[in-house]
Amino acid sequence: MSSKTLYDKIWDAHLVKQRDDGTALIYIDRHLIHEVTSPQAFEGLRIAGRQPWRADANFATPDHNIPTTLAERSAGIDGIKDPISKIQVTTLDDNCREFDILEMTMNDIRQGIVHVVGPEQGATLPGMTIVCGDSHTSTHGALGALAHGIGTSEVEHVLATQCLMAKKAKNMLVRVNGSLQAGVTAKDIVLAIIGKIGTAGGTGYTIEFGGDAIEALSVEGRMTVCNMAIEAGARAGLIAVDQKTIDYIKGRPFAPQGEMWDRAAEAWLELRSDEGAAFDKVIELDAAAIEPQVTWGTSPEMVVSVNGYVPDPQNESDESRRTSITQSLKYMGLEGGTAIKDIQLDCIFIGSCTNSRIEDLREAAKVVQGHKVAPTIELAMVVPGSGLVKKQAEEEGLDKIFIEAGLEWREPGCSMCLAMNADQLGDGKHCASTSNRNFEGRQGFGGRTHLVSPAMAAAAAIHGRFVDVREL
Amino acid sequence: MKKFTNESGLVLPLDRANVDTDFIIPKQFLKSIKRTGFGPNLFDEHRYLDKGEPDADNSTRPLNPDFVMNQPRYAGARILLARENFGCGSSREHAPWALDDYGFRAILAPSFADIFFNNCFKNGLLPIVLDKAVIDALFVEVESTPGYELEIDLEAQEVRKPNGEAIPFEVDQFRKHCLLNGLDDIGLTLEDSAAITAFETTWRDKSPWYFTLSN
Repeated sequence: MSSKTLYDKIWDAHLVKQRDDGTALIYIDRHLIHEVTSPQAFEGLRIAGRQPWRADANFATPDHNIPTTLAERSAGIDGIKDPISKIQVTTLDDNCREFDILEMTMNDIRQGIVHVVGPEQGATLPGMTIVCGDSHTSTHGALGALAHGIGTSEVEHVLATQCLMAKKAKNMLVRVNGSLQAGVTAKDIVLAIIGKIGTAGGTGYTIEFGGDAIEALSVEGRMTVCNMAIEAGARAGLIAVDQKTIDYIKGRPFAPQGEMWDRAAEAWLELRSDEGAAFDKVIELDAAAIEPQVTWGTSPEMVVSVNGYVPDPQNESDESRRTSITQSLKYMGLEGGTAIKDIQLDCIFIGSCTNSRIEDLREAAKVVQGHKVAPTIELAMVVPGSGLVKKQAEEEGLDKIFIEAGLEWREPGCSMCLAMNADQLGDGKHCASTSNRNFEGRQGFGGRTHLVSPAMAAAAAIHGRFVDVREL
Repeated sequence: MKKFTNESGLVLPLDRANVDTDFIIPKQFLKSIKRTGFGPNLFDEHRYLDKGEPDADNSTRPLNPDFVMNQPRYAGARILLARENFGCGSSREHAPWALDDYGFRAILAPSFADIFFNNCFKNGLLPIVLDKAVIDALFVEVESTPGYELEIDLEAQEVRKPNGEAIPFEVDQFRKHCLLNGLDDIGLTLEDSAAITAFETTWRDKSPWYFTLSN
């Protein structure tokens, strides 16, 4: 038998039918659902008179546009001030009830960002195929699952057939060798990768992340890396299963138990690329050379070290890149040649499916403990990824550390990562954000996003500008 | 699904690389629970000078005179000419819905983001990949020729210029078949119900731990 990559193995195990033209029918084990990309799919089912193929493969939670203030949340759905958001959240509840789908509703303590909640509940398991109408579904690849985002037509397709029509992607290996410096995190790794290969570098590929530095990461850190595979153009990111993965899953509510657990864990430990498996492309990075990263532009590939400078378009020889840099700097209100450390910040956002897990919050809390948010910062907020992350953080006293330092402690949700709810970055304001996209208008109309790690965002909150966390 | 066979129309040149899905349709419009009505908010943050809201009357909003789509010569465009990595970012199908609702039938670019590319085909919208040099030349011709139209013949897999020159393009044969016939994917897949059931039975036996979620 020839050697296979991890991607090959999961793909082959889920192949229902292969057509001559290369299109395949792939079985989907888990379908994650949220309120924004599902209503039209459920409506489609109703119009066609169809039922879900297997209701118990689906798992739902509202996250994108629910409010994060306690005042709004404590009043339940009636507390959602935005009437259009309210309809969407209510529609998800109604659809899940009608089609008998498990939902962690808005004020269930298990509710949160779907990509935080899935792994937390054990609804994400190694070797699964997982889809969701959200591009950051790639997050779940950190547990050795083949996971990617789909559009609403495919949401309806998976609901109705438990399958996806797909063409196999190519295999890419991104190997991060050696060890990270203290203060450099999973977020810096993935931003450095995107900086190196570009936002289209992974288009058409499934990326497997490997190497010493990836193996050394916690499972949560691995989720941060896989989360942003899509920002490198790859629909799916993957990491081999090891004992850390198994330990992470054990005992979670929907993970198998007893004798079934033993059998599953044994099977999952086989989920790694074979020795000598062929990759269509291999990228190597030296972990020790990665510095804390900060984006300066309107694409995640527009990234440099915290000790770097905003590029000057005059120095770019490629015309289309020069145009892109110029357009970005105009939007960002930055001059070429500005030191990253000289950018004045107005806002801090710690949260999102990239960085809102307990370890992220611990890292941020460690940095702000005993300090105060700089007076020039208008808004600094911490939004935990789920109700259970929030609870755990409160048990550890992290909420008090944040509040004493002057950061707001919010209820779980996607919040200012995409600003579909009331949490919006103001026009022209610069935000140090632990989220995943710095597109124009992403965090609010006219808002200017700088993507960073939780420790870097926390340090920026205290200083009002970027500082190198390694020097603290 | 809407059929795509032969389409002709005015070409709108959008000279910008890495156009993301937030650029195509900003997030506030994703609160809708419908598939239609997104056209007036296509490219909203560049098309208008003010911030768009889902319930606003778009006809009274100030247009951005510097945005190419607002030039009268491109009114009614049906073919979008774009740059590399078009449609990057989120999986929101609202992006192709907005393009379709505005009236676009095809997009020509040197490359597309995967999820967006896939979503287009589900909505009768044809994304066509052409060499960068061909796209570059089209930008020059479109911008210098008012009323420039292209014809797209999916059956023949050709983009035809006004001078009759034909540019061949590649398309996945299964997707082509679905577009030409306006076929619904779900109906097609359900023809394989027996194969899905057989797979599921074997899979459940082999990996029962994937079937433990209960409501």
